[in-house]
Amino acid sequence: MPKREDITSVLVIGSGPIVIGQACEFDYSGTQACRVLREEGVRVILINSNPATIMTDPDFADATYVEPITWQVIETIIAKERPDAILPTLGGQTALNAAIDLHNHGILEKYDVELIGANFEAINKGEDRQIFKQLVIDAGADVARSHIAHTVGEAIDFAEDLGYPLVIRPSFTMGGLGSGFAYTPAELIRMVTDGLHQSPTSEVLLEESILGWKEYELELMRDTADNTVVVCSIENVDPVGVHTGDSITVAPALTLTDREYQNLRDIGIDIIRAVGVDTGGCNIQFAIDPADGRVIVIEMNPRVSRSSALASKATGFPIAKIAAKLAIGYRLDEIPNDITKVTPASFEPTLDYVVVKVPRFAFEKFPAADPTLTTTMKSVGEAMAIGRNYSTALQKALRSLEKRGSSFHWDGEPGDKDALLAIAAVPTDGRIVTVQQALRAGATIEEVFESTRIDPWFIDQIVLINEVADEIGSFRPLDASLLRLAKDHGFSDTQIGALRGLSEDEVRRIRYAFGVRPVFKTVDTCAGEFPALTPYHYSSYDQETEVLPSGRRKVVILGSGPNRIGQGVEFDYSCVHASFALSDAGYETIMINCNPETVSTDYDTSDRLYFEPLTLEDVLEVIHAESQSGEMVGVIVQLGGQTALGLAKGLKAAGVTILGTTPEAIDLAEERGLFQGILDVAGLVAPRNGTAVDYRGAVAVAEEIGYPVLVRPSYVLGGRGMEIVYDSPSLADYFRRMDGQGIIGAGHPLLVDRFLDDAIEIDIDALYDGTELYVGGVMEHIEEAGIHSGDSSCTLPPVTLGREQIARVVEATHAIARGIGVRGLINVQFAIGAGVLYVLEANPRASRTVPFVAKALGLPIAKAASLIMVGRSIRSLVESGMLPAADGSHVPMDSPVAVKEAVLPFKRFRTKEGHIVDSVLGPEMRSTGEVMGIDSNFPKAFAKSQEAAYGGLPTKGSVFVSVADRDKRAIILPVLRLQQLGFEILATIGTAEILARNGIAARVVRKYDQGEVSSEGEPSIVDLINRSEVDVVINTPSGRSARVDGYEIRAAAVAADLPLFTTIAQLGAAVASVEAIRDGFDVKSLQDYAIERAERLAVLVG
Amino acid sequence: MTRFEPAVLVLEDGSRYAGHAYGARGRSLGEAVFATGMTGYQETITDPSYAGQIVLMTAPHIGNTGVNDEDPESRRIWVAGFVVRDPSRIVSNFRANGSLDDQLVEQGVVGISGIDTRAVTRRLRDAGAMRSGIFSGTDAALSENEQLEIVRAGAQMSGLNLSAKVSVTEQVTIPATAERIGSVAVLDLGVKDSTLRYLAARGLDVYVLPQDVTAQELFALEPDAVFYSNGPGDPAASDDHVELLQAVLHEGLPFFGICFGNQLLGRALGLRTYKLPFGHRGINQPVLDRATGRVEITAHNHGFAVEAPREGVFESPAGFGRVEVSHVNLNDDVVEGLNALDIPAFSVQYHPEAAAGPHDANYLFDRFRDMVISNRSGSSRSLSDQSGSSRSLSDRIETDRDDAALDTPQAATPPAETAHPTDTESK
Repeated sequence: MPKREDITSVLVIGSGPIVIGQACEFDYSGTQACRVLREEGVRVILINSNPATIMTDPDFADATYVEPITWQVIETIIAKERPDAILPTLGGQTALNAAIDLHNHGILEKYDVELIGANFEAINKGEDRQIFKQLVIDAGADVARSHIAHTVGEAIDFAEDLGYPLVIRPSFTMGGLGSGFAYTPAELIRMVTDGLHQSPTSEVLLEESILGWKEYELELMRDTADNTVVVCSIENVDPVGVHTGDSITVAPALTLTDREYQNLRDIGIDIIRAVGVDTGGCNIQFAIDPADGRVIVIEMNPRVSRSSALASKATGFPIAKIAAKLAIGYRLDEIPNDITKVTPASFEPTLDYVVVKVPRFAFEKFPAADPTLTTTMKSVGEAMAIGRNYSTALQKALRSLEKRGSSFHWDGEPGDKDALLAIAAVPTDGRIVTVQQALRAGATIEEVFESTRIDPWFIDQIVLINEVADEIGSFRPLDASLLRLAKDHGFSDTQIGALRGLSEDEVRRIRYAFGVRPVFKTVDTCAGEFPALTPYHYSSYDQETEVLPSGRRKVVILGSGPNRIGQGVEFDYSCVHASFALSDAGYETIMINCNPETVSTDYDTSDRLYFEPLTLEDVLEVIHAESQSGEMVGVIVQLGGQTALGLAKGLKAAGVTILGTTPEAIDLAEERGLFQGILDVAGLVAPRNGTAVDYRGAVAVAEEIGYPVLVRPSYVLGGRGMEIVYDSPSLADYFRRMDGQGIIGAGHPLLVDRFLDDAIEIDIDALYDGTELYVGGVMEHIEEAGIHSGDSSCTLPPVTLGREQIARVVEATHAIARGIGVRGLINVQFAIGAGVLYVLEANPRASRTVPFVAKALGLPIAKAASLIMVGRSIRSLVESGMLPAADGSHVPMDSPVAVKEAVLPFKRFRTKEGHIVDSVLGPEMRSTGEVMGIDSNFPKAFAKSQEAAYGGLPTKGSVFVSVADRDKRAIILPVLRLQQLGFEILATIGTAEILARNGIAARVVRKYDQGEVSSEGEPSIVDLINRSEVDVVINTPSGRSARVDGYEIRAAAVAADLPLFTTIAQLGAAVASVEAIRDGFDVKSLQDYAIERAERLAVLVG
Repeated sequence: MTRFEPAVLVLEDGSRYAGHAYGARGRSLGEAVFATGMTGYQETITDPSYAGQIVLMTAPHIGNTGVNDEDPESRRIWVAGFVVRDPSRIVSNFRANGSLDDQLVEQGVVGISGIDTRAVTRRLRDAGAMRSGIFSGTDAALSENEQLEIVRAGAQMSGLNLSAKVSVTEQVTIPATAERIGSVAVLDLGVKDSTLRYLAARGLDVYVLPQDVTAQELFALEPDAVFYSNGPGDPAASDDHVELLQAVLHEGLPFFGICFGNQLLGRALGLRTYKLPFGHRGINQPVLDRATGRVEITAHNHGFAVEAPREGVFESPAGFGRVEVSHVNLNDDVVEGLNALDIPAFSVQYHPEAAAGPHDANYLFDRFRDMVISNRSGSSRSLSDQSGSSRSLSDRIETDRDDAALDTPQAATPPAETAHPTDTESK
C-alpha cells in the first residue's frame, strides 16, 4: 500500500531530556522521522522539552513545541493543532508512556486522533509482562521459569525444581530491595525469610537464573503486508547480568551457527507478528544457554530503541527513517534502500565488517556509587567502531572512549593472575582490560571463561591481541609487515610506540616511510554486492580504498565523541549545524565522529561521513585520504567540545589548517598566566587565585587569598575534581581523595581561586569575527556561583540583571574575544559579587548553551560560527539575512523568557550498601541533560522547566524545610509565601524555631539521626518521605565538612521522586512558580515565537 | 604466534591477492564467486551447487562455531577452494566436534585467508565471475605467469555439466517422516539434505535417483511426484535432464524444482537460460511472491537464471500450456520462480530449504504436498485435460490489488477451484 492519504498532519513525541538509558539516539531517530514526514508532505508537529536536540530546531517541523511532555500539555497541543495522527515510537519510553497516558485519559478518542507506528494494543502486549510471557510461549519459545512462594518451605521445594543459583525477588518492594541471587539452600532460606518479611504481600518470586548466558538482540521491522525483515543481530560480549546498554556489544552476532541464528529469527518474527507491530520496528532480546543452546526471550520493545540507533549506524539501514515511512502507510518493498538507491528496503543487511560498541561510564563523578554493572543501566554514553575484523573494531572502540586506561596496554607486570581473575568475575567499567591483563598473567581461555562467562571466542581474540603485542614488542625489526600485522588488529601508533619505546610521532614517521596507511571501506548494507552511492566510510589496513575523488572545497568537522557528563548532544547540535551551513555555502562537508547515538553520524547529515575514533592518528589519516583530491580548506575543532579542541595542536603541528580560532589563541584562554594578561589589558578582574602542585602549596595559596576557595585540577572536563573548600582540614581531605588519580602534580597544577559567596553567575555566548562581536545570549544562573554551570538552571533573558550590568558583560566579552583572537564562538562565564564583575573563565569554542540560545532567541549562532570560520564577516551574515540585525544583548520587554533546567542522574546510582548517592549540587558537573521551559514570564517558564525535568511542583501539600544556618535568614519570605498558598510547613527543630519567631507555624519533625522511629513511635522526616507524607523538600547542606548532614533526607527525597531544593535561589524561583501553574500551561510553538519576534523587530525598525 | 605460510588468489584477469595459506596446501582452480551470508559457512561449503567454484565469504570471521555432524548439507565439502579474511583460531559452540580448518585439510580443500576480500568482491561484481586459482605450499612458489596460465587453462563454468560429479550413483530411499501421502522421485543434481528432510516431513517417501536415471526407470518406481534439485553447472548443458523432465510433464506428474531444477523446468517449457554477471549468493535476497504480494527474504546460490516475460501469462514455447513468472527478485528483477497454469508444475530459483538462510519460503514444500494430494484425488491438471484450468496467479493479483494494471495477454478462464493451496506457514 502506498502512503496513506488520510494522514496530512502528525504529532511526533520526542524523548525529553537526556537521562541514563535514554540519550541522544532519540534525537537521531526523531530528527530522521521529522525529515521523512516533511519530505512526504505531511505537516509535522513536534513536542520535546529538550532544547539541546537537533530535532527541536525549528527547521525540522512545522510547529515545534519545546514544552513538558505530559498528557495534559499534549492535549493542549492536540486541541490547538488537531493532528490526524500521533507517532510515539521514536521518542523512547517517554513517548510511549505519554501515548499510553493519552489513551488512558481518553484524549485520543476525544480528538479522534490515531496512534501510528504501534497501536495501543501492540504497546500493551509488548509492555505487559504476563501477556508477553504467554505470547512468547505461544511462539514456541521460552521464558525464564518462575514460581511465587509464600513460605520458606514452598521456596525450598521450588528451588529443587529450578536449581541453584536462582533469583529471589520479594514482591512489591521499592527499587529491587531484598532481591538477589541465592547459590545455596542456606542462602535461599535466609533471603526468602528476609524477603517474606519485607514484602507487603508476604510473597517472593523465585526465578531461574540465566546469569552468564549469552545475550543477543535482534532488530526487526514489519509492514502492513506482513513483510518482516531482521535488520541486524547484536551480540553482547558481556553475558546476561549486565544491562545491554552497559555491555560491550558486537554486530553482527559472531558465535552463532546458522541454525541457532535462524531459530532466533523465526522466534523474533513470530513475536513481532503476535504483538502486532505492523508499521514499524521492534527490538527483541534473547538469552542462550552456552551449554545446550536453550533460548529464552528476555523482552521486546515495540518501538525504536537505543539498539536500533546502533543497528542503523552499524548496517547503514536507517531504522527510524523507514519506521516513519511505514507509519504513514508505505510497505518495505516500496521504500528504496538509501545506500544503493536501486534495491528496496525489504531485505536484510549483510555486513563484511565488524562493529563494536563500548559504553562510557561516569563513576568518577559519583565516587560513592557502586561501580558494579547490573541489570540497571549506568553508562552515560557509548562509542562505536567499525573494523574489518573484531580485534580492530574492539581496539578502535576502546580508544574512542578517550579515557585513560580504557585501551589495552602492556606496561609493567600484569599482576597476580588469580587476583585479576577474581576482579574480572565482577562486571565493572574496564573489565575487558582486566581480562587482557589476566591473560597476560597467564590465565587460560577456560579460566577467563569460568570467571567471566564471556564467550571463549571473544577471549581468544584478546589472546590474539596479546600475541600480536608480543610480536611488536619483540626484537623483530619494525618493518612494513610487522606494522601491517599490528594495524590489522587495530593497534594505534601510540600502542605500538609504547611497546617499542618510541613516541607516537616516531611510529607514525616510520609507518609513513614504509607507506603503511589505511584505506577506507564503505558501509553499504550489502557486503559489496551492489555499488554504494552513499559515502559512509571506515578505515582498514586493507588493499583497496573506496574514497572517490572530488574536486570540491572540503571542510572537515570533528564531532564530540561519546556522550559523557559535560559533553553531550549540545555539541552534536553545533557540529550538525555547521555541516548544514557549510554545505549550503557550497563546501563539501566531511564529518568524523564515533558516537552512534548522534545525528552527526547519520550518513544523511554531511557530504561524507567517516566513522572513526577522534584521536590524532585516526583524524590525520582521514584528512590525508581526503586531501588526495579537491581543496582541503581546513578542519573545524571548536564545535566538538574538549574532544575536538584537544586535537587542535597536534593537527596544526602536522600541517593541518585549523579553521577559526587558532590553537595558540585557544592556549591564551586555557593558560592562566596568559589569560590574566588579557584581562589586565582589558581592565578586567578575576577572583584572586594561585596554583599549587601539592597540599602544602595549596594551603599557602588559600591562606593568602582567603577561604572559601574553589579548587580544580587544570586540563579536566566538566569540573572533574572541582570543589569548594572552606578550611585547611577540608583541603587536606581533598588531597587525600584526589591522591593517586594522577590529576594533580607537576605539569598539572591545582588551580585555587577565591570562591565568591552569594555572587550571581552569568554565562554569555557570542560570535567574534576579528572586528565585530555578536551576542547570542546573556544567561543568568538561578543558583548562586559555585554550582557548575552545566548543573545550574539559567534564564534567558536575565531576570534580575540591570541594563547597565548586561552592557558591562557584553563589553567585557568583546574585550576578551579581541584579546584572545577568537574567530567563531566564545563563551565567557562571569560572576557579579558585591557590585564587582569577575571573569571566571573564557572558552573559545561552542558551549553547552549554544542550542539553548538558538531555541530561546531564534539565533542560529552555530551555523553563523561555521561561516565565520571559513572567512565570512558578521556584517555579511547580517546583510544576507542569516543573522537578524538585533543580536541577543538586549531582549525587548515583551519577549518570552526561557529557563534551562538540568536533569540529574542521582537515582541511578547506589552505594555498595544499596543507598542512593548524595544529591547536593556542586562545582563538579553531574547532570546528564537539560530541559527548557519557555513562556511569557519567568515564573511560568520556570514552572514548565520543573515540570519537564522531574514532573513538576505540587500546588498543595506539605513542605519540609531544613537549612544551614547561613540560609536561615533567606528562607523566611519564601516559606511564608508557601504557607499562604496553603502548604503545610514541616521543619527540624532549629529551622522551626527561626520560622516560629517570624510568625510561621511549622510542625516539628525529628531528624533522621535522632532515630528512625523514636520510642514514642514518632516518625522521623525520612519515615514521612517514605510514607509519601511530604511533597517538597528544601534542604541546604552546611558546607562540605558537614556534608553528611541531611544526606538521608536528600537520598529519601530522590528515591521518592520529590522536588528537592538544595539552594535558596531555586526555592525563590519555585515559590513564584507555584502560583503561575495553578491554571495549567499555555503552549506556543517556536515558529509562532519567531513570527512575534519578527513583528517586534518590524515595529522597532518601522 | 602462528607463522603464516604464503598463498595467493589469482583471477583470470591477472589480478592477484597475496595472503596466507588456509586449509589444505597446494592449488585449487574454479570459478571465483562470493557469498554474502553472515552465518552458515558449514552449510555453504557442503552445498553441492558450489562444486567447481572457489567461494569467497564476504563475512570476515569464518569458523567461529567450528563444524558439527548436523549442519552439513551433503556428505562432503564441495567448494573447490575457500577464501576468507579472518579464519577462527578456536571453536566455540556446544554442538561443535571439530574445527573448520581441520576439516578443510582432511578433505583437501585449498583455501586462502588474510586478503582484502571486499576488494575481490568488488572486482567480481564489476567484472563478473571469473576463473581463478588459489596457490599455496609449493605451488605458491610458481611464477606469476605460470599461475595465471594455470588459471586461464581451467574450465569455464558456461557449458559445463557437473551433475555426474555430485549426484548419487545408486538410488537412495528416505521414508516419509510424517503421515505418508505418497512418494516423490528426486533427481539428484546436487540435492541438499535439508530438502530431502523437508520432503520426507511432508509425508513423502523420497526416492533419491542418480542424475542419469532413464525415464523408464523413473516411471517404474510409480512416484506420485517428481522433484528436481539444485546443483552446479550450466543448465544449457543438461539436455538429458530436460528431456526427462518433459516426459514427466507429459505424464501430468506434479513437479517441483529448486534452483537448477527451476532452470531445467524453464528449459523444459522451452525458455532460455543465461548466465548472470556474478550471480546471487547470499541469504538476504528479497523475492516478491506475485500471488500474495508478499516479500520473502530468501537464500540464493545461482549463477544462471531463466529468461521469461516478467509480466502476465505466456504460452510455453514447448507446448505445455500457459506459464507465468511467480516470483521475482526485487533487487534486480531476475526471474525467481515459474508456475505452469495448465500442468501441475512449479519451481523456484532460490532455496526454500534455506540451510543456510531464512525460513520464509518453507511454505513452498506445503504447496508441493498439497499439489501431490490434489493430484492423487484426481483434480489435477494435465495437458490432455485443460477444462480444469485453474485461476491464474495474475488473475488473483488483479482482484487482490486495486492498483494492478497488470498486462494479461490472454483472456483469463473463469475462476475454477484453485489448485493452489493457501499458504500455510510452517516452522
